Amino acid sequence: MTATALARRPGAFATAGVLRTVDHKDIGIMYVLLGIAFLAIGGLEALLLRVQLATPGEHVLDPSTYDQIFTMHGITMIFLVAIPMLVGFANYVVPLQIGAEDVAFPRLNALSFWLTLSGGVLLYLSFVAGGAPDAGWFAYAPLTEPAHAVGNGMDWYIFGLAVSGAGTIIGAINLAVTILLMRCPGMVMGRAPMFTWMVLITSVLIIAAYPILTSALVMLLVDRQLGGRFFDPAGGGNATLWQHLFWSFGHPEVYIVVLPAFGMISEIIPVFSGKPLFGYRFVAASGIAIGFLSFGVWAHHMFAVGLGDAENAFFSATSMLIAVPTGVKVFNWLATMWRGRIRLAMPMVFAIGFIATFVIGGLTGVSLAVVPIDLYTTDSYYVVGHLHYVLFGGTMMAVFAGLYYWFPKVTGRLLGHRLGLAHFWLTLVGLTLAFLPMHLLGIEGMPRRVWTYPPGMGWDWPNLVSTIGSFLIAAGAIALAANVWRSLRAGERAGDDPWDAFTLEWSTASPPPSYNFDAIPQVRGKRPLWDRKHPDRMDPL
Amino acid sequence: MSAQANAIPFTRDRNLLGVALFIGSESLFFLSVVIAFVVFREQGLATAKAQLDIGRTALFSVLLFASSGTMGLAAARRSRAWLGLTALLGAAFLAGQGLEYARLLGAGLRPGSEMFGTTFFTLTGLHAAHVLVGLVLLATVLVASLARPRRVGQTAWEGIAMYWHFVDAVWVVVFSVVYVGTVLG
Repeated sequence: MTATALARRPGAFATAGVLRTVDHKDIGIMYVLLGIAFLAIGGLEALLLRVQLATPGEHVLDPSTYDQIFTMHGITMIFLVAIPMLVGFANYVVPLQIGAEDVAFPRLNALSFWLTLSGGVLLYLSFVAGGAPDAGWFAYAPLTEPAHAVGNGMDWYIFGLAVSGAGTIIGAINLAVTILLMRCPGMVMGRAPMFTWMVLITSVLIIAAYPILTSALVMLLVDRQLGGRFFDPAGGGNATLWQHLFWSFGHPEVYIVVLPAFGMISEIIPVFSGKPLFGYRFVAASGIAIGFLSFGVWAHHMFAVGLGDAENAFFSATSMLIAVPTGVKVFNWLATMWRGRIRLAMPMVFAIGFIATFVIGGLTGVSLAVVPIDLYTTDSYYVVGHLHYVLFGGTMMAVFAGLYYWFPKVTGRLLGHRLGLAHFWLTLVGLTLAFLPMHLLGIEGMPRRVWTYPPGMGWDWPNLVSTIGSFLIAAGAIALAANVWRSLRAGERAGDDPWDAFTLEWSTASPPPSYNFDAIPQVRGKRPLWDRKHPDRMDPL
Repeated sequence: MSAQANAIPFTRDRNLLGVALFIGSESLFFLSVVIAFVVFREQGLATAKAQLDIGRTALFSVLLFASSGTMGLAAARRSRAWLGLTALLGAAFLAGQGLEYARLLGAGLRPGSEMFGTTFFTLTGLHAAHVLVGLVLLATVLVASLARPRRVGQTAWEGIAMYWHFVDAVWVVVFSVVYVGTVLG
């Protein structure tokens, strides 16, 4: 039954098939590979930044190059790594989890991928065509206005983000329609796997948040190319308007790249604890609550602007409020593990690591919601430390967990455990050394985005430690690459269901045939594969 | 066959649900641009009062509003005649916009000349671009239904109708904010 599909799959990548494919699994793999390629680029940029900052008074990069590199590092990691990786997982896994043969619009799906790739290419063309964007990933006006931005890096920023953003919006519409209309018989939303739930919420957030970014980009383009005045205070414009628009997109964006990560963790922890997810309804509902609240917290990025006490108090309160549903999820994961039969396979190791590091990022986030603390630490390395704990300690740790979890489904082979542990410990120790000292640096007054710093500020050793940590993370990435290489060549065969898992993607072959399932699955509970494997101990309805 | 019998609930059909979500996304796109217009409204009010031709634009707006009616009839009856009339009304509206632009540009107003130029041309220009896309979609369905009528499904008619109504609804907001708002001061 699956022999033809297996024979077809290597061919699809070896030939022009990769250009023509509309299979959600192929496109999912292509998205993840795109994310990995840009992860390597964005990672090398991070290493360059850390080498420049390792000791005081370094001259590895000149100041203008440094500005371009830190801007491109941020843009790359958020728009070209986090988004493609998560969309890639969603593309591959969601149709399988809901028992569908593909997404709702397969050809649009391919278009989404190629738009995302094109946006990345446009952004990187800037290096050879007039200089890369250099105003930071959130590109505050009036630094981006023609009078202040030298070269046309900001125009590449506008086109790159608008094009990849269009791909992301189309992809989100596709996934939302797929989840809402293509679930197999019996799978009401109240039985859908939690990763599918979180992808649905994320898709809605993308549909609502990305157009706000696009509109701001269009206005910036009018300013730059048609002499417009939207964000130029000298011409009667308002630089703060850019901040409002950008963060109206930008803060939901943070949840866009973390909710699917929550979904992955909510799949992995139950399977490796041998228990159903504790508080399924609360985990789903807290995701919805986070989605709503994420549109009401944007001005906590703007406390230092001076919006006024009432405004600051409001956004401080909403930002603290959003920690509640996030905390609900953490407690649900812990309660799922409580008295479970825990198996410390690599997906679970990374999932546990995720909880530890993400909670640190979450708590420093709450501290930044306190206006006086924020005023003291705003634009300092404290913020850089916080956001890396959330995005790397949160999103990327979950992506690694998901990678170890679903790799056997995608390739038919398991990843090695020993190299996996090397990857895990290098990453965990590396990220702690790289990002924890940044909090100290921020409290000691080191501003973010400085090219270098003088000796004698007390900033020397934390910077050196941070640089060492960044190289440990890179070493961990090499361990992962070696693991993937060895596994693809001679890895242990996985079979259909290597983890004794609960959801439908594990009920079909590894890798699945092009049509996914031999027969349309019928579902009666939240753990359809468990029910099938244990007809005597099916989940109570 | 009555209109009701033909109508597919958009929550059941993947194509129409996709269009609905796209329209939702587009709504937030326009909302941001409208907010930007309103933020800078005071600065441009004097120019707006002096320069905008409210009467003529109102007339052309009526043509666009009417085209929503003809679009509804076209989708319900799968009627190429009503579809063609819809496209004509849409094109007439765009021509009216062209006249307004020509007059304002002739008077020296530019996107870069003053704040009203920036906000006016951005907001109305983005709307006009959406009308243009709508005309291309109408023409596509018209030509496709002439060539292979049975290949053009009901969702194609209803999908472009949803988009066309949306473009029309955006103009209700834009006309109110830019033109009616100017009259009211």
